[in-house]
Amino acid sequence: MTKSTTATSRWQPRRSRLTLILAIIAAAGLLAAACSGGEDEAATAADCEAGATDGDLAFYNWAEYIDDELLAAFEAETGINVEYTTYESNEEMLTKVQSEAAIYDLVVPSDYMVDTMRREGLLLELNFDAIPNAANIGAEFANPPFDPEHKYSVAYQWGTTGIGMSYEVLELLGGESTWAVIFDPATAALVPGGISMLDDAPETVAAALKYLGYSIVDVINNQNEDAIREAGDLLRATNDRLLKYDSVTFGDDLVNGEVDVAHGWSGGFFLTFFEADAYDDYAYTIPAEGGVRWVDNMAIPHNADNICSAHAMINFLTNAENGAALTNWTYYGSPNAAATPYILDEILEDPGIYPPPEVDARLELIPHAGDLAVLIQDMHSQAKS
Amino acid sequence: MGPARRSPPTAGAAGEEAAAVARRRQGMLLASPGALYLLIFFVVPLGLITVYSFATRTSTGRTALSGWNVESYRAIGDDIIVGIIGRSAWLATLTTVLCVVVGYPFAYYIATRPRHVRAVLLVLVMIPFWTNALVRVFAIRFLLGSNGPASALSESLGFGTFRILFTPTAVTIGMVYSFLTFMVLPLYVALERMDWSLTEAARDLYASGAKAFWKVTLPLTRSGIVAGCVLVFVPSFGSYVVPDILGGAKTLLIGSYIARQFRDARNWPLGAALSVLLIVAMLVAVALNQRSGSGAEDGGRPRGRRRGPGRGVAEPATAEAS
Repeated sequence: MTKSTTATSRWQPRRSRLTLILAIIAAAGLLAAACSGGEDEAATAADCEAGATDGDLAFYNWAEYIDDELLAAFEAETGINVEYTTYESNEEMLTKVQSEAAIYDLVVPSDYMVDTMRREGLLLELNFDAIPNAANIGAEFANPPFDPEHKYSVAYQWGTTGIGMSYEVLELLGGESTWAVIFDPATAALVPGGISMLDDAPETVAAALKYLGYSIVDVINNQNEDAIREAGDLLRATNDRLLKYDSVTFGDDLVNGEVDVAHGWSGGFFLTFFEADAYDDYAYTIPAEGGVRWVDNMAIPHNADNICSAHAMINFLTNAENGAALTNWTYYGSPNAAATPYILDEILEDPGIYPPPEVDARLELIPHAGDLAVLIQDMHSQAKS
Repeated sequence: MGPARRSPPTAGAAGEEAAAVARRRQGMLLASPGALYLLIFFVVPLGLITVYSFATRTSTGRTALSGWNVESYRAIGDDIIVGIIGRSAWLATLTTVLCVVVGYPFAYYIATRPRHVRAVLLVLVMIPFWTNALVRVFAIRFLLGSNGPASALSESLGFGTFRILFTPTAVTIGMVYSFLTFMVLPLYVALERMDWSLTEAARDLYASGAKAFWKVTLPLTRSGIVAGCVLVFVPSFGSYVVPDILGGAKTLLIGSYIARQFRDARNWPLGAALSVLLIVAMLVAVALNQRSGSGAEDGGRPRGRRRGPGRGVAEPATAEAS
């Protein structure tokens, strides 16, 4: 999958003069800050006002996760540049932030990663006075378990992990999607072609736990090692039945016929169904046993340079229309309650994106696993033998 | 031969010593950029890896540089890791053996062509190296895929869809392809500089073609075989791109497992400990190669007695060839 081109490379030619002027202003600003007696350390979130900016924004986001036009609109509105770069996993982002290999003003960690970064002191407490639009966020996202007092993160998009398959295969299963298509030998035998799973330890273990009837949250919160080992044994027994593990091209593999059943993230499927014009043949499904729900969140690293710009971007993206524009481009669910009227009907009506309440009730967030994370990784490694 | 002649012969012992110092200084100056580069980008990271291998993973996955322990080294004994190392060693051995079997006749063919043909053939062998390794592996993936040409051929011949991608066979094919050149080049060098009149002599003394090959050619090219084996075995043991792309990540090898410790599992101490283990193992392999390699290359005179049946013929040959 191609990484989206960075925003700056596309705009710099047109705006080179503006960039130059901005650079001079920024340099002057730096000089002024340096002259004012090294007090720049004191610039905190508390000083930011709604919409105010303090320099070009280094925005580090997941690949394929925003419409370039939305970034352009922000630049036009604020007059600052967005240095937009992308990553493909939470861990990749965490390593960059933690090692200070690069300084970012805004990152988009998933639920459990917000928890990890918050515990590590890697996130800045947000100033919600500078983000009035945060009030648009729906009540179910306003008090997340991974950010107990809701101080560090604002929801960006949410989605689910489930199974992609053709309607033909779905019919072979009796019209209802189930994890058995991966984990039960007899059911898997109904699938004519290959089966793939995500190459991601928490996701494969969570899927196995769901098939075995466990609650992911209970297992992790109770440190239930036996359940995780049971899931590990199931994954090991499943390994030979799989064609491959893949976290990047699972959607393409399905549409190309390389596999007939693929475990993957909702938006990844929708993107390929859209690109291959294959909506009529393929479905993204949430298994009857339930699945994984995840929420990606905007957060500001503790060492960010342009804190006010980051707040301005969060405020910009939580605006009702902009929040809808995110979803209309990514085909992931929007946590933005005020955005609903602006979201395309085909998205709102898709049960794979906005699952009906009875399915929604069976979705779980994967909590921060702490020391269990090592065991979970081991189970995934052990399966691959 | 070289700079020694520069000092005037009349200068005496003191002058010679000064010249030696100057020579040493000049040598150091020439070597210093490379040495500095290796110090900063090889020795220092290696030291850091070693330090990290004794650190502790916190429950949030950070590496705490305190509470030093050898837990990570102890974890290497776990069934999972022993299994992974065993699998990696088996695949690397298989790759190496296949590379010898495929590469030897190939190098033999090139080395026995006329000089101008040899040059062309060698360039052809090296052309794939001008392309990024990852691109070449993806090309193989396309070739072997169920929508690829291999599958189309098998279907048109009535054998049905060709299902080989994402199997250990595909991984082996990809590994042999990736590392074959590392085997062919040292073998070619060894064969090319071999004194062929010795094989002729063996034939004149009524040795059959096969016997001449086993008793003369093979022992004389032993250093090439050993060098090729090390060059193939070491990278294939740690390889992780090929198994992940062609094997569908279904068979976990040590390279991927280490990468996973640094990325997904965030267990840097374990990843570091495994890296140290791998480096030490490779150093031992290279050291063994050095010993056997030097034994073959300078005619084996200092360690002549260690040589096998081909000794009588081999000694003068290599001495002359070099």
